[in-house]
Amino acid sequence: MAAVVRRRRERHIFAWAILALIALYFMLPLVSATEFSLRENNGTHGLNAYRAIFQQTDLRDVVMLTLRLTVISVVLSLAIMVPTVTMVHLGAKKYRRLVEFISLQPLVIPPIVLVLGVVNVMPVSLLGSADLLGFEYVVLAMPFTFRALDAGLMNLDVKTIVDAARGLGASWFTVLVRIVAPNLRSGIFGAMFLTIALVLGEFTMASLMLWNTFPTWIATVGQSDASLSVALSVASLAFAWVLLVLISFADRRRKA
Amino acid sequence: MSILTQSTVAAGVRPSRAVRRRRVLRKARNLAGLLPFFVYTLIFFGAPTIMVVIKAFQDQQHHWTLANVAESIQTIYFDSFVESLKLSLWSASTGTLVGFAATYALLKTGNTWLRKIVQTAAGVFANTGGIPLAFMFIAALGTYGMVTEWLQRIGIDIYGGRWTLFGFSGLLLVYLYFQIPLMVIVILPALDAQKREWREAATNLGASTRQYWLHVGGPILFAPVAGAFLLLFANAFAAYATARALTSGTLPLVPLQIGSLLSGNVIADKANLGFALGFGMIVIVAIAMFIYNATQKRAAKWLQ
Repeated sequence: MAAVVRRRRERHIFAWAILALIALYFMLPLVSATEFSLRENNGTHGLNAYRAIFQQTDLRDVVMLTLRLTVISVVLSLAIMVPTVTMVHLGAKKYRRLVEFISLQPLVIPPIVLVLGVVNVMPVSLLGSADLLGFEYVVLAMPFTFRALDAGLMNLDVKTIVDAARGLGASWFTVLVRIVAPNLRSGIFGAMFLTIALVLGEFTMASLMLWNTFPTWIATVGQSDASLSVALSVASLAFAWVLLVLISFADRRRKA
Repeated sequence: MSILTQSTVAAGVRPSRAVRRRRVLRKARNLAGLLPFFVYTLIFFGAPTIMVVIKAFQDQQHHWTLANVAESIQTIYFDSFVESLKLSLWSASTGTLVGFAATYALLKTGNTWLRKIVQTAAGVFANTGGIPLAFMFIAALGTYGMVTEWLQRIGIDIYGGRWTLFGFSGLLLVYLYFQIPLMVIVILPALDAQKREWREAATNLGASTRQYWLHVGGPILFAPVAGAFLLLFANAFAAYATARALTSGTLPLVPLQIGSLLSGNVIADKANLGFALGFGMIVIVAIAMFIYNATQKRAAKWLQ
């Protein structure tokens, strides 16, 4: 009996050891990046690299463009996906699989292939505008927006509440904005956060369509100033992580 | 209303004209509601993708030809397909293995608090890619990285030999940063569903641990593990930003080749070669998805 207990404990120690090793692999680059971004010329540490972020002349343009793309992608994503996924749950149930299939395709076709087609198929007038990048981000975000909204609607008796609202004389627009949207809050927030995280991290399409967004800017800065680009990386990762942790909390509340 | 229609149909009576009209109207309304989605995806996703496939088989005068595709599987371009496949297969198999071990160890500890942390962290790390990830590793294992300097202090010079963060094995190490968490996310529910009763039943029938995994646990876990592996494969195969930032184009990978063809770092008459490389990527991912569907379907039948 004692031998069995000892063996079980040894196995537990082994499990914890594996987890500790893996945790080390994930923590070391994080700690290193933080340390690296705080390094200063004379061998001491300080916040110079972070102060330097705000002295960059093109910071304003980069932030404005990234913000603009974020707003375009989030608004368009919701405007297209909320009615579509609601529709699929209401009456067009047999189209659900088709809509899901199409929404997941951006995970199958690599963005590098998509951008190759985009720069060749789109009219020059549209290619000259950064908004096209936002339109494409709506597509890249579809697998995530579909999943988030679909899961949200699963937990909702959407047919009953829509029928009730329609029966009381509400228009379809009123139904979507004042009935479906408030009940779907957590799904909508999830879709929003994931879209924002995507826009803030996307590099492939932005760099090949020659727009200077936050990720492409970090890459450019990195060619001349290592500590500044590491500081920017740490800052952007921290921001994205706060967003993603918020999503997981929103998710947990929905399940509860 | 649906009950009413059903009963009329069952009685063999044709539905009245009003009912039929309402049905047609409802169908039209459903389709109209989905129209924006279909049109949008066709313009911004379907058309560009179809364009890549068509142009892969055309020369620059729009004549049909197989020359692009033929060239895309020769010389340096063939090498880049091999290198991309190698990197994706290596990072997918290592990621699958380590991710599985991590999840198994996590469930072995039976610690729910730890489990919550790992789940949240995995969700976060799996989404950590691109440029910031590359710079994070440069800060750790680059020539002046923190870990590099630590190791130097205890007498290990990782740059003493031929190893570099900016080559194949370096890139593999970096890719694992998003591959392992993805594996944990995908496999945790499947491992969690392993029933204790199965193990006990097998033990009561005299099965050893080895036999249990060989004949019961293994076959049940085959489909989810194979599915996860293919997901990781596609994930690594499509990755561009991290490879671009770390290798600055020195390692021939298909996405990097397409990138440099697209940004015009190459002779003009090779313009359509990029489409052929893109087509090749689509074919490889399609094959991976085909195998994925096959393994999942077989598993669904088996578990019924």
